[in-house]
Amino acid sequence: MEQAVLGIFQWFWGLFGLWNPLWALIQPVWPLVWVLMKIVAIILPLMLCVAYLTFWERKIIGWMQVRIGPNRVGPWGLLQPIADGMKLFFKEVLVPTGANRALFFVGPVMAIAPALAAWAVVPFFEGGALADIDAGLFYVLAMTSMGIYGVIIAGWASNSKYPFLGAMRASAQMVSYEIAMGLALVTVLMISNSLNFSDIVRAQGRGWFADHGAGFLSWNWLPLLPMFVVYFISGVAETNRAPFDVVEGESEIVAGHMVEFSGMAFAMFFLAEYANMILVATLTSILFLGGWLSPVDFLPDGFHWLAAKISFFLFLFLWFRATFPRYRYDQIMRLGWKVFVPLTLVWIAVVGTWMVSPFNIFK
Amino acid sequence: MGTSDMAEIRNYTINFGPQHPAAHGVLRLVLELDGEVIVRADPHIGLLHRATEKLAETKTWLQTVPYLDRLDYVSMMCNEHAYCLAVEKLLGVEVPLRAQYIRVMMDEVTRILNHLLNIGTHALDIGAMTMVLYTFREREDLMDAYEAVSGARLHAAYYRPGGVYRDLPDRMPQYVENKFKNAETVRRLNEARQGSLLDFLEDFTKRFPAYVDEYETLLTDNRIWKQRTVGIGVVSPERALQLGFTGPMLRGSGIEWDLRKKQPYEVYDRMAFDVPVGVNGDCYDRYLVRIEEMRQANRIVRQCIDWLRHDSAKGAGPVITDNHKVAPPPREKMKASMEELIHHFKLFTEGMHVPPGEAYAAIEHPKGEFGVYAISDGGNKPYRIKLRSPGFPHLAATDEMAKGHMIADATAIIGTIDLVLGDTDR
Repeated sequence: MEQAVLGIFQWFWGLFGLWNPLWALIQPVWPLVWVLMKIVAIILPLMLCVAYLTFWERKIIGWMQVRIGPNRVGPWGLLQPIADGMKLFFKEVLVPTGANRALFFVGPVMAIAPALAAWAVVPFFEGGALADIDAGLFYVLAMTSMGIYGVIIAGWASNSKYPFLGAMRASAQMVSYEIAMGLALVTVLMISNSLNFSDIVRAQGRGWFADHGAGFLSWNWLPLLPMFVVYFISGVAETNRAPFDVVEGESEIVAGHMVEFSGMAFAMFFLAEYANMILVATLTSILFLGGWLSPVDFLPDGFHWLAAKISFFLFLFLWFRATFPRYRYDQIMRLGWKVFVPLTLVWIAVVGTWMVSPFNIFK
Repeated sequence: MGTSDMAEIRNYTINFGPQHPAAHGVLRLVLELDGEVIVRADPHIGLLHRATEKLAETKTWLQTVPYLDRLDYVSMMCNEHAYCLAVEKLLGVEVPLRAQYIRVMMDEVTRILNHLLNIGTHALDIGAMTMVLYTFREREDLMDAYEAVSGARLHAAYYRPGGVYRDLPDRMPQYVENKFKNAETVRRLNEARQGSLLDFLEDFTKRFPAYVDEYETLLTDNRIWKQRTVGIGVVSPERALQLGFTGPMLRGSGIEWDLRKKQPYEVYDRMAFDVPVGVNGDCYDRYLVRIEEMRQANRIVRQCIDWLRHDSAKGAGPVITDNHKVAPPPREKMKASMEELIHHFKLFTEGMHVPPGEAYAAIEHPKGEFGVYAISDGGNKPYRIKLRSPGFPHLAATDEMAKGHMIADATAIIGTIDLVLGDTDR
């Protein structure tokens, strides 16, 4: 792909006869430029997806609630997220007098940075990752754990009561579900023998069912069904989405850690939340639903399959939000520690035994 | 180390409201917290105090009626009802049978309106935000019924001492096509609105049980809903009586007390309906009681419609008393007769004169017992009006109900109280 892009540049600038001087300038730093270009190629569509995810959330929940949803700005309301973004962009960022100024701005940055950084290792198609590193899964776990600090720092720096409560809830909840999530992933890496996302996907393309044309039955979701469910629910909790949205807890602590934020500082949290939603949906698709693999033999693999799977999980996020009441804080803790963690531990043992038994299907 | 060296440890105090998405209006609840656990809940009221009782003293008896609408602004006609009953008791006038049926029907429509709002917002407070939009869909239809009888969707001023303002309308207001509603939508919306109000309400009573089933599908057996409401804000039957609870709050605790059965007013003694009671006295039981009350209210509305139908001869008749010292004479008569003209003039300048005395009338308001205690000195204005709002004693029990629960439960408890500050503050 690198060669193809270079070719296009060469052709374009060659039209003006500028290619040679330009290349002399760029060649020494070309690897860096190439990486930057890839980053932009990931971040820009991601931000666009985030914007339109907010739109779709409002539309879908609107339909579920016998409403229309946004339909005023642009055709069918399609420019609504742009308008929202512009509004937030031009709003003043107010800093409360009692707030710690430095930490107050570190908070939102800490929230969004890991949410974007985690995308570095996500493969979108065969060989389509910014960094196809061997510790990919590990890296993602590390990055998503960092996001919690954004919430905690924001809640603490606001020096206000509701944000403080939100930060306390966040630190407990997100840390607990991190554990259930991590343990659920242990089973995945056990059976795929790798922490590399591309390898994990490829491993799902092998098996008796895949050989007989029904690849979707070879994916991890079936043998790891409880872990698949635990992972996705933990992901919902990890991103503080309904019914686990006690950190924001609209009817309890109003907006939790975001109470004192306005303008772009607030938008950062918002972007981070939705970027994390897409990330969890993507990871679930990659780890349990075979990423870019086609469910059946006669259709080609490709990014469109991943996109379809991601959309399905994102829809679930929205569906949950429109359907369920909110858990209470201690009930979330109970679900995490007393249900998910024991369940994952038992399943690790089960999978481990299974793997050394004669009935091992994971080779 | 002496105590002076130690940092003073105090409980965390937060202001829950008056500007809070779950505070139902302008309730200010000061919560003293130990971590997430509520140590003390201190409701502060008065932010919506409008001195209704005092205002009534400067208005004629009839002019007070619209002020009653604004007390509990989600069950308007029930407020008027208690007031009209008190005034009628003082006046000793008979209310025509048809008016009594209309009142009972509209009371039950109001009960459904109120419970729909309560269940919707209660669920919203607990995080199930879709409920509120579903219940408002049905409220819209009932609001149309309000509009049809009185001309106003909210503040009806429909009941008058001696009867109701006018007979039920023969046609329903229609939707019209506009930028947002195309011909197809308008046709669908108007389908049930082709006949009279009674036709419309009958159609509604047929549709409504299915809607209630829908709400129950979303909530009743929902694990999260149960976890959030079962065992929360438990009030024992004895305590409920001591605290002065009435209505669903009392019945949720298992005490079968309903003024419609115990002290029937209007034509409630002719109605067949059941009074649901709870067992555990928690938020969940009170929710179930309200759901069942909506179904029973639907039954009563249906019975009233059957009676009120013009084609059954017994349903016809006047809707307001013919005592023209209380209610104005018909316009044709006023134009033709000297006597009626004088009545008309006196009524619209001075208003009615109520004989000296005191009277208390209470009704089974959707939230509990709503009572009006009126004292007259024989003038055209009340000497004193005292309103007994059901929400006040319920709110006073917040501390007892919320103590030891978590912040999130405070919202569940406020929701279950069915709080409307207009009613509590008066």
